[in-house]
Amino acid sequence: MTTGQALEPAIRVQGIGKSFKDLHVLRGVDLEVEAGSIFALLGSNGAGKTTLVRILSTLLKADSGTATVRGFDVGTEPGKVRESISLTGQFAAVDEVLTGRENLMLVARLRHLKSPAAIADDLLIRFSLTEAGNRKASTYSGGMRRRLDIAMSLIGNPPVVFLDEPTTGLDPQARVEVWQTIKQLADGGTTVLLTTQYLDEAEQLADRIAILHRGKIIQDGTLAELKQLLPPAKVDYVEKQPSLEEVFIALVSEAGEAGTADADRVDDKVAARKELR
Amino acid sequence: MTSLLLGDTGVLTSRSLRHILRSPDTIITTAVTPVALMLLFVYVLGGAINTGSNQSYVNYLLPGILLITIASGIAYTAYRLFLDLQGGIFERFQSMPIARSSVLWAHVLTSLAANLASVAIVTGVALIMGFRTGASVAGWLAVAGILVLFTLALTWIAVIAGLSAKTVDGASAFSYPLIFLPFISSAFVPTSSMPAPVAWFAENQPVTSIVNAIRALFTRQPVGDDIWIALAWLVGILVAAYAIATAIYRRRIS
Repeated sequence: MTTGQALEPAIRVQGIGKSFKDLHVLRGVDLEVEAGSIFALLGSNGAGKTTLVRILSTLLKADSGTATVRGFDVGTEPGKVRESISLTGQFAAVDEVLTGRENLMLVARLRHLKSPAAIADDLLIRFSLTEAGNRKASTYSGGMRRRLDIAMSLIGNPPVVFLDEPTTGLDPQARVEVWQTIKQLADGGTTVLLTTQYLDEAEQLADRIAILHRGKIIQDGTLAELKQLLPPAKVDYVEKQPSLEEVFIALVSEAGEAGTADADRVDDKVAARKELR
Repeated sequence: MTSLLLGDTGVLTSRSLRHILRSPDTIITTAVTPVALMLLFVYVLGGAINTGSNQSYVNYLLPGILLITIASGIAYTAYRLFLDLQGGIFERFQSMPIARSSVLWAHVLTSLAANLASVAIVTGVALIMGFRTGASVAGWLAVAGILVLFTLALTWIAVIAGLSAKTVDGASAFSYPLIFLPFISSAFVPTSSMPAPVAWFAENQPVTSIVNAIRALFTRQPVGDDIWIALAWLVGILVAAYAIATAIYRRRIS
């Protein structure tokens, strides 16, 4: 992060509109994401989150409005934008036939980086996938697949990372792992735009939250700012019950401290989940 | 830009070739049906077929069988492309700073490699069954060139199918008519034995000229007009399919 970039927002979206035939998915979206921050785009299914991410990652052209990533226009300079970004889509985009290591090397080669093997090994360690590195990705659990997916997105250290619903379909523990990864990214100066339909995810991670509803941003601010929109908190005395999620994570992480491998952990989790039901 | 295209195509081609090496059954499956057809026609039906020459029937049959091999093999390209689109890896590639057309070229080159492997297997079986040719090296090269052109033309049709399919079945269903075309051509029986309207269709569809050209090359006969008609068909189909495929691709990624 240089001071020059700090003046320019990492992502600037102005009046973006997009329709699919008669369906107006985005109707004039405006937002700005500060460099090095985590920005959460919150919205229910069908709110247009994915469409916006696809436009910003040059997969889709907007009908109206402009959007820039690090000052490059997504419509007129898509090549420059692609050099600045990486996209982790809603469904883990890994090659099932290749091993985890080969997947990482593939992306490193496509980014024209030197020593793809070393990059792959390094990321396998960072994402605790070393043991599974030489197995086909089709044998991975959902959480491992997601970790591999995110690891692939980080190759070449793109300054702006789009994460489209990064924790959808993950079990609670894998979710927490993904959250940690995202926090580390932002600590390292990467700008993160993530979409989510989970309120707690936005609350946990984001420096700034925008609510996308029916194709428009209806609110945009920090968590504190959004909370002020409602009347001041009323004091109610309620017995503090741990949420099922807290119970589950506590139980599973105790069991996990024995140092079991990923694959075993997944089985444990499945078993534990069944018991909890 | 060109070096980027070549480099990225190379990386992506080695990826999809690895897919084939990890499931070589796709090459075997592609070769099984044509080999079965060849056995059926040579050892069961062939004795009753009068090709109008004293050549062994397997010599007469092989060119058409090779085309059927390729026509069934290209379905895998549509299938693999469709899976890439479904799985999200396609979008990952598209959001990276790579030459965008390299994604398609990688599948096309992989198709070429896989189909030539299948063709080699089928030719090997034909040789065991008694196929003989006096063709020179130049003749073999000419046959290989026609088969490469045929594979490329059909593969770009497969790319269209893979890009526009909605289901896995849809992605490969387009190849059935292509596999069937050689049956209504000079591949199995001379067109002169067919009723007039069928013969007219057979003589004017691309497979007949391609089969006749390859057969002439194998038997060291003059290729005559057939080779030019065949090349015109092949180049025409290739250019048209390539144009349509890239247009669909561009619309898809914008």
